[in-house]
Amino acid sequence: MIDLSTTYLGLALENPLVPSASPLSRSLDHARRLEDAGAGALVMYSLFEEDLWEEEEHMVKFGVELHVGHHEAAHFLPTHHEVTTTLESYLEQLAKLKSSLGIPIIASLNGTSTSNWLEHGKDLQDAGADALELNIYYVAANIEESADTVETRYETIVRELVANVGIPVTVKLSPQFSALPNFVRRLESAGAGGVVLFNRFYQPDINLEALRVDHRLALSDSHDALLAMRWIGLLYGRVGLSLAATGGIHTAADALKVIAAGANVAHLCSTLLIHGPAQLAAIKTEMSQWLEGFEYESIKQLTGSISQQHAPDPVAFERANYSRVLNSFRLSTGRWG
Amino acid sequence: MREQKTVTIDGNEAAACIAHLCSEVIAIYPITPASSMGELADAWSAVGRRNILGSVPHVVEMQSEAGAAGTIHGALQAGALTSTFTASQGLLLMLPNMYKIAGELTPTVFHVAARTVATHALSIFCDHSDVMAARATGFALLCSNSVQEAMDFSMIAHAATLRGRIPFLHFFDGFRTSHEISKIETVDVDVASALLDRSLIEQYRLRALSPERPVLRGTAQNPDIFFQSRERITPWYQALPEVIQTTMDRFADLTGRSYRLFDYVGAEDAERVIVMMGSGAQTAHETVDSMTAQGEKVGLIKVRLYRPFDAEAFRRALPSAVKRLTVLDRTKEPGADGEPLYKDVITAIAQAFGRGELPRMPHITGGRYGLSSKEFTPAMVKGVLDEMQAGSLKNDFTVGIVDDVGFSSVAAAAGFSLPKPAAARAAVFYGLGSDGTVSANKHSIKIIGETTPLFAQGYFEYDSKKSGAVTVSHLRFGPHPIRAAYLTQIGEADFVACHQTQFLERYEMLDKAAEGAVFLLNSSSPADCVWDTLSRGMQEQIIRKSLQFYTIDAYQVAKDVGMGRRINTIMQTCFFAISNVLPHDEAVAAIKEAVRETYGKKGRRIVEFNFKAIDLTLENLCRVELPGKVSSTFDRPEPELGEAPEFVRQVTQPLIGGYGNSLPVSAMPADGTYPTGTAKWEKRNLALEIPVLETDLCTQCGKCVFVCPHSAIRSKAFPSELAANAPPTFKHMPILGKDFDQNLRMTYQVAAEDCTGCTLCVEACPIRDKAQANRKALNMAVQSPLRESERVNWQFFLDLPDMDRREIKRATIKGCMLMEPLFEFSGACTGCGETPYLRLASQLFGDRMLVANATGCSSIYGGNLPTTPWAKNRQGRGPAWSNSLFEDNAEFGLGMRLGLDQQAEYAAELLNDLRPELDATLIEELLTAEQSDEAGIHAQRERVALLRRRLETIDHPKARALETAADVLVKRSVWIVGGDGWAYDIGFGGLDHVLASGKDVNILVLDTEVYSNTGGQRSKSTPRGAVAKFSAGGKPSGKKNLARIAMDYENVYVAQIAYGAKDTQTLHAFLEAESFPGTSIIIAYSPCIAHGVDLEHNLRQQELAVKSGHWNLLRFDPRKIKAGKNPLRLDSKAPSIPYEAFAYTESRFQMLTHTHPEVAQELLSAAGHDVVERHHHYEQLAALSVEPIDEREETT
Repeated sequence: MIDLSTTYLGLALENPLVPSASPLSRSLDHARRLEDAGAGALVMYSLFEEDLWEEEEHMVKFGVELHVGHHEAAHFLPTHHEVTTTLESYLEQLAKLKSSLGIPIIASLNGTSTSNWLEHGKDLQDAGADALELNIYYVAANIEESADTVETRYETIVRELVANVGIPVTVKLSPQFSALPNFVRRLESAGAGGVVLFNRFYQPDINLEALRVDHRLALSDSHDALLAMRWIGLLYGRVGLSLAATGGIHTAADALKVIAAGANVAHLCSTLLIHGPAQLAAIKTEMSQWLEGFEYESIKQLTGSISQQHAPDPVAFERANYSRVLNSFRLSTGRWG
Repeated sequence: MREQKTVTIDGNEAAACIAHLCSEVIAIYPITPASSMGELADAWSAVGRRNILGSVPHVVEMQSEAGAAGTIHGALQAGALTSTFTASQGLLLMLPNMYKIAGELTPTVFHVAARTVATHALSIFCDHSDVMAARATGFALLCSNSVQEAMDFSMIAHAATLRGRIPFLHFFDGFRTSHEISKIETVDVDVASALLDRSLIEQYRLRALSPERPVLRGTAQNPDIFFQSRERITPWYQALPEVIQTTMDRFADLTGRSYRLFDYVGAEDAERVIVMMGSGAQTAHETVDSMTAQGEKVGLIKVRLYRPFDAEAFRRALPSAVKRLTVLDRTKEPGADGEPLYKDVITAIAQAFGRGELPRMPHITGGRYGLSSKEFTPAMVKGVLDEMQAGSLKNDFTVGIVDDVGFSSVAAAAGFSLPKPAAARAAVFYGLGSDGTVSANKHSIKIIGETTPLFAQGYFEYDSKKSGAVTVSHLRFGPHPIRAAYLTQIGEADFVACHQTQFLERYEMLDKAAEGAVFLLNSSSPADCVWDTLSRGMQEQIIRKSLQFYTIDAYQVAKDVGMGRRINTIMQTCFFAISNVLPHDEAVAAIKEAVRETYGKKGRRIVEFNFKAIDLTLENLCRVELPGKVSSTFDRPEPELGEAPEFVRQVTQPLIGGYGNSLPVSAMPADGTYPTGTAKWEKRNLALEIPVLETDLCTQCGKCVFVCPHSAIRSKAFPSELAANAPPTFKHMPILGKDFDQNLRMTYQVAAEDCTGCTLCVEACPIRDKAQANRKALNMAVQSPLRESERVNWQFFLDLPDMDRREIKRATIKGCMLMEPLFEFSGACTGCGETPYLRLASQLFGDRMLVANATGCSSIYGGNLPTTPWAKNRQGRGPAWSNSLFEDNAEFGLGMRLGLDQQAEYAAELLNDLRPELDATLIEELLTAEQSDEAGIHAQRERVALLRRRLETIDHPKARALETAADVLVKRSVWIVGGDGWAYDIGFGGLDHVLASGKDVNILVLDTEVYSNTGGQRSKSTPRGAVAKFSAGGKPSGKKNLARIAMDYENVYVAQIAYGAKDTQTLHAFLEAESFPGTSIIIAYSPCIAHGVDLEHNLRQQELAVKSGHWNLLRFDPRKIKAGKNPLRLDSKAPSIPYEAFAYTESRFQMLTHTHPEVAQELLSAAGHDVVERHHHYEQLAALSVEPIDEREETT
């Protein structure tokens, strides 16, 4: 049997296939099935900063402060003294996952500000999380805000969180950074134990009937994985922290590619949502078969073996690739004469 | 005796906690002001709080108080310790069972927050008319005068009922005691255990029905023994006073608080004595104490046990020197020769005198005070005692009003006030219902009550509006127990706070300030300019009384710390910082602790924001340097009444201005009849932003008018030549649509001063600017710069002629929105989901409409004075409205129909009788007139006018009779309106009967799926999985399907509508229902603040409710059966979004995921199945083929 074990954020994983933050971890049964299918670790669904805020606002507005100022009704909903907040539910689910599963559990914090929600990192650690994934879903829309300010914001958040907890912290990033390697190095200096590349910004869509902007969720496809593969390939060997690839890993081939580029783990999400836990087992089996077929001894051998440092054609990761690809495009025959 | 713990609670909580401790079954029904007792009991049981026997009481909400009483009776017969809470009409509904329960010698306690029984008007406020109506039931009547006594007497009642076997009605004054927050000593479990004799409980259980010891109880008896049986019970009543006194004495041993059946206070040698019960006795007590200290020979007897009336105990309580006795009753029995307490006292004294037990017969007078919470002050007590001294007190007097009709009133002692004890403090706060002033003050009272040795009292006044309601909080603190059962008096307050600058224009406010008091104003004006914003009168008071004037821009502070418009913590911090009730640092620490306690569990961020707000408040609070002289150039503005009718000037306006208390008896209509169309005189200027029309974009669809809950945006189509006189900013445009005369101009005008700024019109507007999608044909803009010009525009709009109703295509939204609304500017919640339905009905049928309105939200925003939104048109026609009761509304409306039909028949008979004198064609036309549309109605009105002219020339008594009856020949539209509490629960029996009657009435159910007016209690309309009071753990059962029940009759027109989801379906349902010549019912989905959603999303919620299948749109028209068509038409599609996508946008569903996550999942999943099945079922029904009725008849 081929050795698929890897190390991620200092955690020893049996294999690099890790279901990423998704609704699957909301169910203990689903989580168990993922472990049974061979998941190396599990990233929990995200604890969203804005969910916590919204919930607080909502509870205060309708639960505590719904004063309408009428003689006959001081308030409208029953007063609940025993309320389970989203944070408490999250911690409870985390504790359940920890006690029921043998694989490491990585809790996920999602937010953008430096306010006191970072304190929740400590709560997650206390509830048993083996590591934290920090998902800074920040859209830098402010025209006055420079790239450096944005990067500093990330750095500050990471520094504050790391100072609060004793477990490893990995940072899930969007691809929209102009100087990613340098930025990742800054995060490493701030204490990050890893980066997860890349977060997908779900794009708003214009509803042409209602003339308004709608939000919709679109799942990834294999093509999306190439973005992470490239940047992981560029980072591998140049930074000391763990590297995780996410977004578009649907097949064993996708996983093998990102690992070859240097990823310590390959996150799976859309494919599991579509095909169920068996897909994880299938990918794992296929990966093993591929590795065996190509006579690898372990996955470690593959890791980073085709990164920019180690690739036979290092420039392929950079600009040179660009013109070659553009020039390779052929016009549709019969359309343009 | 052990030291008792103190708590700071209101009277309802005081009574409820004892009832919960001493009961196994509690059956209730919500009614103001008793509702919170049941809610608390339910909430305690929900978290497993146990009673004295160690079990968790079962709290059940019934469909009415009559239902609750029946349940209580049954639970008692089964041997369970049982109690209930109620008031007013609720108590009246319990009366039949009360006779039974007492007749069977069954121990129970009914806790009653005494409230006025509706007579010429409903009133939620306090007097003893409800309790007095129960005095013949055989229940013992025990009265508490204060919050402390509410707890103590609850305990005494529960203990004494077991021993004496007589059931108790324990009562205290609604609002004044039920809602007053006071620091009191508790009765703990040990005291309760010591008082509640277990052997008596065992004996009680052995008397219960059991097949092991079968008995027959509740027999029917004949003349031979009924009388004797009735007399057999007498010994128990004779023994009861002693039982109660013994219980009171035992209670005193345990707690140190001593009571007698009649407690006397005052001079030992008092010659003038007042007798009374209830919170007013507290006021009399402190007044008598003060006068006695001045050497006056006055006294007071507080009646504790009113039934059985222990004449002997009363005589013993009376000081021997008494010469004049005045009995004050808080009720009126018209036609009686005295009120009940007066008559009991006079009987007791006369009998004692007759037996020679009194040396002389004192002079006894009876009077009335405090009806419907009329203030009862020390000056009034003094006024009565002074008149007694002068010997000028007439029997049957009143105090607290000016009676210039019966000349019964005794004046309050002018300028009299009680000296305030050193270290006592009084504070008064003016706030908005929505700005959290009341809750902040409740916290302040708790902080002071629970962290200091000071006694504390809080009482809260509200106006009768649901949107933009004004609250006045009255707080008192001091080293001694506080007896003052009245509002802050003139010159009493050491602290006056105005939390909203607009109140400076509306309230005197500073008249309540004492010399040297603190005045705090929340104002956006900087400290060095704020002086200039005050009127001349205010400046004068500030200087004359040397007030310390502080100001803060609380909204700015709130904004700065990210708390939006929440200013409650900020204003509370100001109070503690400058009122000196607590040392500064201690106060700040206490507020922070209170914040942590209130919000801590819900979220750290809110706590952090509040902490920041507290710190920033202290930095921003400024003392204003007083200039030393009055510099203002303006006075408090008088309302602009324009051409208001005399009644509005004389009565309505003083009511709006808050001067109703000063109106004399002669100003009042004798029979409770008031003019309509008065809401327009109450310019409330609530909207910060109002809609502004863009004529270049507007397509004149009329949707904005259709959705407006306050009838504040209207449309008119008017001849273009009239535009010449339009004010410069009046917006109008050429009319669109080939159905209209192209010479017409169209306008959509907002009533800027009546708009509440709910934004629903903008939300409904479907038109967007092609180049700028965020610009619609209607957009919100700041009101203040537009107010003056829009006021002029609105007046111009009103003066424009209305389009001839005959020319309007009323089946289109655009068309029917050109009809004048005769329901306008209600005080309903901003964005209310009910009112658009009423407005629509008023537009379509208002000029010939009678409304029977069930008690509830719609009767409060529809008929709670000072004003009414029901209005009339230029011809003086409009809806005639009345409210009978909560439970009888369907029957009430049916009665209207029968009354009209009878008169129409009578008119027809008279017409026939007068045939020789009248034109035969006119008679035929009058009797067979087609009145299905506006043209038909108009023609019939013309005929009636012609008939009247003809009748004038006929000298015959029947001609005179027909003149009176002729109007009913014009089709009348009877509307029976109410909420789901009425239709699904308390009034369902009557509703069902009316549905079966086939009579031509239109029933409109404003379905909020919860009791909205009383604060969100579960009804049978509440959907599965929703959290409501009495369903704190989520309602496990599904919503009752009223539409299906109505459809089962087959001859009833049924519609289920949601105007925000499909406006045309709503419109057509109204038209079809009204035209249906039989019974119609429209069940109208009405988003409500009780759903836990901002009503700015009202329309979205309706759309989601329909899309998810939560609310099916349908119409069932029996007329179609005759034509061989299926009568059911399903107007909404199969559920197209998951049920959660609707449910989780509302706190009523979402809350359950936080409290009972697994139950939430289970119930929501079941609800999801429900909607699919229900839609499928309707689809099947709607697809059935139907035989024409004639064919069916032939085949059977």
